[in-house]
Amino acid sequence: MMFHMADKKNDDTVMEAQKTIYDRMLYRIMVMAALLVLCVAGFLVSVRVGSLKISIGEVISAIFIENEGVNHQIIWNVRLPRTIVAALVGMCLALSGAILQGIMRNPLADPSIIGVSSGAGVAAITIMIVLSDLYYLITPFAFLGALAATVLIYFLAWKDGIKPMRMILAGVAVSSFLGAWISTLMIFYPEKVQGVIGFMVGGLIARTWKHVDILWPYAVVGFILVNLFAKRLNILMLGDEIAVSLGLRVERTRMIFIAISSLLAASAVSVAGLLGFVGLIVPHITRMLIGSDYRYLFPASALMGAALLMICDIIARMLMDPVEIPVGIIMAMLGAPFFLYLLRGGLQHGVKSQ
Amino acid sequence: MALKVSKVTLDYGGKPVVEEIDFHVEKGDMVTIIGANGSGKSTILKALCRNLIPQNGIVYLDGKSIHKTDTRELAKKLAVLPQSPRVPDDFTVRDLISYGRFPHLGWTGRLQKNDFAVVDWAIEVTKMGALQHRVVSTLSGGERQRAWIAMALAQQPEFLLLDEPTTFLDICYQFEVLELIKKLNMELNLTIVMVLHDLNQAARYSNHLIALKDGKVYRKGTPREVITKTVLEDVFHIKVKIFNDHEHHCPYFIPVSSSLADKFEATENVGREHCV
Repeated sequence: MMFHMADKKNDDTVMEAQKTIYDRMLYRIMVMAALLVLCVAGFLVSVRVGSLKISIGEVISAIFIENEGVNHQIIWNVRLPRTIVAALVGMCLALSGAILQGIMRNPLADPSIIGVSSGAGVAAITIMIVLSDLYYLITPFAFLGALAATVLIYFLAWKDGIKPMRMILAGVAVSSFLGAWISTLMIFYPEKVQGVIGFMVGGLIARTWKHVDILWPYAVVGFILVNLFAKRLNILMLGDEIAVSLGLRVERTRMIFIAISSLLAASAVSVAGLLGFVGLIVPHITRMLIGSDYRYLFPASALMGAALLMICDIIARMLMDPVEIPVGIIMAMLGAPFFLYLLRGGLQHGVKSQ
Repeated sequence: MALKVSKVTLDYGGKPVVEEIDFHVEKGDMVTIIGANGSGKSTILKALCRNLIPQNGIVYLDGKSIHKTDTRELAKKLAVLPQSPRVPDDFTVRDLISYGRFPHLGWTGRLQKNDFAVVDWAIEVTKMGALQHRVVSTLSGGERQRAWIAMALAQQPEFLLLDEPTTFLDICYQFEVLELIKKLNMELNLTIVMVLHDLNQAARYSNHLIALKDGKVYRKGTPREVITKTVLEDVFHIKVKIFNDHEHHCPYFIPVSSSLADKFEATENVGREHCV
């Protein structure tokens, strides 16, 4: 009788446990589905909205059925590539930020704040101004610039995780150094300043299929790589000592992630300029929704990043219609207060030590 | 089959903390390293966990240098529990324990049927069954320590190294954790090397003690050989009364006074704060 009761109790716990696993799984699937819906909605609205009013039905027929006509021209050649660029840039920056927050164990890490984007930007601007014939090399050079900046900050600020203050100071130092470089270039080549200013604010004005082509290979490779290595980043979150004990090659793993993060940030920067705060806001909100397990955080952040940037781009186009505000300004208006909120109190979220 | 430390010298920020230290741990043994603050006990444990690379000397596991063995292969034999490991706010106990399988997994990192069985076994041994779906950050200190031990067990190691596993715990959890470690040593023949602060607990639960003083092994032996008036006075600067715990067949002591106190009185109490 005793045994029987014990068994029954055990069965109950097992059933309870399975229910918990099931509930968590269901919840995650629902969050992912909701983000996907948000993405699709953002995509459709972004393609629909503009100075020429086109209904959703006409949008869909213009994309999938028609081959000519004004609607088709506007949607296929103007709005569609721009929307895809927005989605890919948002995804790249969000993933890059999610990686940086993980490997630096720091909720304030974001490619634009700590100077990774500036590293990419300096390289890109140098090419744009000085070596404009080598336009096709912008992305690889931006990648090298971003990588150099990340490694520099990592070594300047690392000591068993990067303390927020030290990282921000290192980021400020690196950014001002790189900013001086950009200013120097702008003074020596005043005739090219106009293009550079748009680049420095970050925007999606007049982005076309050419930009989509630059961006998508990096975005796809980056997305696949982060999801392959997600479990390793989870282990890295348990601290270096545990990670070593579990047989993870800690330094090598961290370097791989730094490289992926730089690649993602660089490809976004070389297409959309120095667009800030996406990599800060998106991983945070996503973490609140789906938790800090990177196996779910990466895909969810990618969806959230794409959705956020498409929506912000819609706002940028609509707010002062017919004049267009660069989407970088919208992001800064959202991002700066969010950054201050994190600095003041939101830091409790994230990794805790026992 | 043993862990052997051979002429190991360790620097910490340029100055040597441990100098030419030698000792070995037999398979199945339960060894505690004791010593005053700054004696190098945590430093030597860090070298055993391969978090510090010795300036000189070699740490051998089964005859092979641990700093030259593939780290993943080593992780199947040697598990480490650091002093205050961190965990993201929302990882569940079961998530955490399943990471112990990492060294055994393939490149994709997917758990197979056998891995789930090992995780279940580790949960059962540490009695974490009822807590396995709780979030780690909501557990008590003792439960959390059991979860970490379960993760180490999921590695199926032969050696378990623990750096002060009881330090941040209430006293009842301290004994709970030590009882669990002893059980793992006795029933699974898991070799234990740990650092403990409480000397009576060290004497009660270990087969051998290694007393460090100024980065050197001062005395190594059974608790009866190490917990003596002279050793405690030399290593810890305390005067003690030693008794015998007949039930557990180990010595225990009551500290009577600081042996530095005499010197202080001689110098008119100058610097008494040192022994507080």
